[in-house]
Amino acid sequence: MRNYLPPEYIVHIDQDRCRRCGECVRTCAFGTLRFEHGAWRQAMSVFQHGRDDLERVFDRIRDNVPDRVAADNKKCVQCHYCVAHCPEGAISIQPNPLAYRGNHHWEPHHLKNIWLQAETGGMVLTGSGNDKAYFSYFDHMVLDACQVTNPSIDPLREPMELRTYLGSLPDALEFESGPEGPVLKTRLAPSVRLDTPLVFPAMSYGAISLNAQKALAKAAVSCGILMNTGEGGMHEDLYPYAHRMVVQVASGRFGVNPGYLRRGAVVEIKIGQGAKPGIGGHLPGEKVDEGVSQTRMIPVGSDALSPAPHHDIYSIEDLSQLIFALKEATEYTKPVSVKIAAVHNVAAIASGIARAGADIITIDGFRGGTGATPLAIRDHVGIPIEMALAAVDDRLRREGIRNRVSLVASGGIRHSGDVAKAIALGADAVAIGTAALIAMGCRLCQKCYTGNCNWGIATQKPELTARLDPDRAAENLANLIRGWSLELKEILGALGLNSVESLRGSRLRLRGVGLSDADLQVLGIRNAGVGA
Amino acid sequence: MREGMVRIPSGCAISGIISTKGIRFNGEAINRSIACMHERSNGLGGGFVAYGIYPEYRDLYALHLMYETPQARGETEEYLHKHFTVHQAELIPTGNATGIGEAPALWRYFVRPERKETENGPVRDNDDYVTASVMTINSRIHGAFVFSSGRNMGVFKGVGYPEDIARFFRLEEYEGYMWVAHGRFPTNTPGWWGGAHPLGVLDWSVVHNGEVSSYGINKRYLEMFAYRLELQTDTEVIAYLFDLLHRRHGVPLDLVCRTLTAPFWKDIDRGDEREREVYTALRRVYGSAMLNGPFSVIVAFNGTMIGLNDRIKLRPMVCGRKDHFTLMGSEESALREVAGDLDEVWHIRAGERFIARLEEGVTV
Repeated sequence: MRNYLPPEYIVHIDQDRCRRCGECVRTCAFGTLRFEHGAWRQAMSVFQHGRDDLERVFDRIRDNVPDRVAADNKKCVQCHYCVAHCPEGAISIQPNPLAYRGNHHWEPHHLKNIWLQAETGGMVLTGSGNDKAYFSYFDHMVLDACQVTNPSIDPLREPMELRTYLGSLPDALEFESGPEGPVLKTRLAPSVRLDTPLVFPAMSYGAISLNAQKALAKAAVSCGILMNTGEGGMHEDLYPYAHRMVVQVASGRFGVNPGYLRRGAVVEIKIGQGAKPGIGGHLPGEKVDEGVSQTRMIPVGSDALSPAPHHDIYSIEDLSQLIFALKEATEYTKPVSVKIAAVHNVAAIASGIARAGADIITIDGFRGGTGATPLAIRDHVGIPIEMALAAVDDRLRREGIRNRVSLVASGGIRHSGDVAKAIALGADAVAIGTAALIAMGCRLCQKCYTGNCNWGIATQKPELTARLDPDRAAENLANLIRGWSLELKEILGALGLNSVESLRGSRLRLRGVGLSDADLQVLGIRNAGVGA
Repeated sequence: MREGMVRIPSGCAISGIISTKGIRFNGEAINRSIACMHERSNGLGGGFVAYGIYPEYRDLYALHLMYETPQARGETEEYLHKHFTVHQAELIPTGNATGIGEAPALWRYFVRPERKETENGPVRDNDDYVTASVMTINSRIHGAFVFSSGRNMGVFKGVGYPEDIARFFRLEEYEGYMWVAHGRFPTNTPGWWGGAHPLGVLDWSVVHNGEVSSYGINKRYLEMFAYRLELQTDTEVIAYLFDLLHRRHGVPLDLVCRTLTAPFWKDIDRGDEREREVYTALRRVYGSAMLNGPFSVIVAFNGTMIGLNDRIKLRPMVCGRKDHFTLMGSEESALREVAGDLDEVWHIRAGERFIARLEEGVTV
């Protein structure tokens, strides 16, 4: 039945502009494009005499002078690699306009998935984040600005501070007097400094290419932020950047050893991921090449399926043991983060994690990305990061333990406006994964799990990974971080603030537009039009 | 609409005078100083705080109350007699003054705490007991408001221009060693006497010119430590932050100032190791207590007056010295009005503070 599936996209080649250079035919990793010679044959057929001679001539030249490029539309994933690289701009891609009988309940994508499963009997897989039309709370919150009674601050002319620290803090400080002045008596827990409140979240080597990880690592170092190994261990090429890396410990324990833990700036226990709460990792064997195999410490070509739960964590006290095991292993020199997916009871869970000894909690909302997940999980499990973040920050404050942990929010952060809103809701820092991939060229085709990424990001095929220049991509990433940081400074200035901690958790600076009373209550914000 | 139901941005005038030798002087000087800045107020709030005015009741808490109804007074007095020994109860003397509308009934009580615990459990000391009682009266008894609760000091405030308020309360009849005044320019009409400034808790008082742009997080931070911000004012936030950081957490006063108007990272990075450690820790642990936005503030408590200016000096603040007097105010004119030939005059720099204290050995 797969053969009856209509194509999602129609590739159109402008044959007048096409110069038959073959770039698109050679590069499409999904094998969508090919040369065709049908027109030649047709043209030949008008000759009645001497056809054999002409055939011979044609046979000789056709490999060098193809007559046209044709597309197998069914294979196109709309990744735009051919569009972006066609020297004549001759390629365009449209959604297939094929009409289905209008039905508000049975939409075309439902039908297509059923046909697919009727044929394969498998789960429908997908990559990247939830793309369904769920309500966006970010898009229904607006920020404040100063007018008259307090002046806005111009970031071009005044200092504007984005520096952020992640780590556990005491409620109060103690000082003792010294000859030069007061001396700090309290010893602070280990922390990590960020020059701007942004980090790159966990994307493993395996899910993404080594070049993509190198780009993230280089950008993290140059921007003074963090990248995250994900659950795939750390390739030795990344050791020079390890002081700006979060080393993740997930349920599969891939690549985890004492050296790995000590090398990183932060150790993160991955409990969950917004794109697939409650289930483990899925790295298809196709993506496990020699490098991935070495780094993950698994055989080449084997599927790397990390278990859904950590089999040594069946409850909160078990988590606490792992947190302290990791602290012991790193001699209490590094903060330990716990990453969880945003689920219904996230506030109580986060409170438990804070009490279990974590220094950082990363909450990943249901728009968060992935390299591979069952579609049914990605699109139907978990809650929006806005709600989860608001609930967690509120709960930690009500219990008086907000200082004990830093909160990192992730899952569908699209621009600096989302970042500012997340910070106002209570995030210490914001993790941007999908946005970082997009900065490296990703078109969100959602085919990461196939290992055919034309942009060299979510693949291990050497001919594809070679397309991503880590230096160039690092520059793109650093530019993105710089651009968003500049915008954050403008937003802070408009709010009359010159330091990001004055926005952090300051929900009075947010207003809801078109939200219900229940929404406003969970978010802890007022409706637009309601004054201070 | 009254204070506490909405948040009202205000522009303001502030002024303060302390005799560091503890010599007492009457309310005329401070009144001249604040009246000089008439245009910085709009007649919708004025107030004063005077220290050293009740030496005969030095050890008793002086509670100043405003009542909107006789029932409120009845309920409050019942509460006071139950929880305190009331040594003296009297009307606060007032006189005729133009420009003052209808005033609430104004009473004062000199009291001594009688219990060691509140309904929420035991308290550490008399100060905590009084604070809890004041919060109870203000939140539970409708129409009653305690606007001053310290020892040997008192707040006098109302709706009007500050110079009219001074005449109304006959401040020329009081003598104190330290006076602070406030003239208010709220953006709408609160029309409530309790909403005027200074704001006081125990013998702490705060006057403030500006709008704290970080109010939202400062408030949520204080709520974590069980403070209830009934008035929704910046002044209240500043007072409680001093209370939390200095009185409850024991952070040295100078560092409290450096926390509220935290130095910039670029300056912290230039400091020596001790300074870097101290200020980095302060900014990290008390980041939510940092005050952002435009303000100049005078914080006063027994024997000490602190002038504090915002991080990038978005509001004016001038200090001056004449003999044993230290003066602070929104404008130099307000200082020169009192002492034309100041020995010394300077602007408090962005993010800086000036702390004036009674000289060693002086008792008041």
